[in-house]
Amino acid sequence: MSDEPLPAALAEIAEDFANLPVPQRLELLLEFSEGLPELPERYAGRLGEMEQVHECQSPLFLVVEVGDEGPDGEPDERPAGERPVHLFFSAPPEAPTTRGFAGILHEGLDGLTVEEVLAVPDDAPFRFALGEAVSPLRLRGMVGMLSRIKRQTALKSQAA
Amino acid sequence: MASDFTQYAHPDRLVSTDWLAEQIAAGKVGTGADDSIALLESDEDVLLYDTGHIPGALKLDWHQDLNDPVMRDYVDAEQFAKVMSERGIGRDTTVVIYGDKNNWWAAYALWVMSLFGHEDVRLLDGGRAKWAAEGRELTKEVPSVTARTGDAAYPVVERDDAPIRAFKDDVLAHLGGPLVDVRSPGEFSGELLHMPDYPQEGAMRGGHIPGAKSVPWARAANEDGTFKSRDELEAIYLTEQGLDPKEATVAYCRIGERSSHTWFVLTHLLGFDNVRNYDGSWTEWGNSVRVPVEK
Repeated sequence: MSDEPLPAALAEIAEDFANLPVPQRLELLLEFSEGLPELPERYAGRLGEMEQVHECQSPLFLVVEVGDEGPDGEPDERPAGERPVHLFFSAPPEAPTTRGFAGILHEGLDGLTVEEVLAVPDDAPFRFALGEAVSPLRLRGMVGMLSRIKRQTALKSQAA
Repeated sequence: MASDFTQYAHPDRLVSTDWLAEQIAAGKVGTGADDSIALLESDEDVLLYDTGHIPGALKLDWHQDLNDPVMRDYVDAEQFAKVMSERGIGRDTTVVIYGDKNNWWAAYALWVMSLFGHEDVRLLDGGRAKWAAEGRELTKEVPSVTARTGDAAYPVVERDDAPIRAFKDDVLAHLGGPLVDVRSPGEFSGELLHMPDYPQEGAMRGGHIPGAKSVPWARAANEDGTFKSRDELEAIYLTEQGLDPKEATVAYCRIGERSSHTWFVLTHLLGFDNVRNYDGSWTEWGNSVRVPVEK
């Protein structure tokens, strides 16, 4: 694994997982699955405009938004790298593992700046001590989500 | 309509949701008592059981419990005995397995239990989806089962792969004989290297094993995930595909889970004498050097 640091919120989640015995790691993952925010109204029925993560064994769709409004509601004058990133996911309830991965990334990354998201190490999914609990094969879904989040963030911040 | 399993070659390999509900109501499921029925949920999604399961069911994960953590193989005899004993299962226990995705992983678990010669292991027809669709109870309560120890423990029984498991060399020796490729048409033709909408699992070559017949696994299932009637199954596998129940047959897919479903159909529903599941499947064949591939 690389030595590149995780963003603070993600590092905290990683520590929480690492400090638990394996069966409780699954329980925590289930909590993340249940805590994944609902897709906002404006994306309802518009999965086609979101990106499907094919690395996941169950259908998962995600979309990244890069903020273009400043804290005062005026057009954001900050450089693109300092703007906030927001993440939206859709995955069915019968895919709790996939939802749990999305929940971790949402809690750990939502609201970070473009620069911070782009700096997340690509091996982050392997730092949650989940390999033992869910098997490394299943972790590929989270790798796929993270790479797409970073790609959309890069693309959308250029456009911003 | 009541399920009539007597039409199948081995009717005692299937149970209906009605039957299971009756057994649960009668207090026979998951108690660990000698005459009790062990109910196992085996899913693709490792957390699905934890979101709610059939009362009395225990989790059996294909990855964590049945696969060797290092080598690409199944667990050994000691580990299998441990997995069973922990769940209160003895050698004579009736085991019922169900799961998500049309019982793929349930059929896979049943097949692995068969490698160890567990006699009485059955599938819940229609799996988890049918139980849920019927509005039956799901619970988050994990039953507390007393692990079997000492004389009551599950015996350490060596796995006997030969009768129902084929390795790559066996398949090479079998070329020219009947083979069933149960993957999607796109995977069979070589257009796709993985299941539609599924992760790429790294095969270097696309196509199928020469001479294989393409019968996607789902053709054996009804809309609700139950198995089709024997007549319908015979029309597909015997009449249309010309398979012969007396001839040695090999089924394969990508990693051996969907072909466990077809193995179950051919062996237990149609009564084929000799069906082997090639669990190396396309993730082995499609990466092997100089094995013949047909497109």
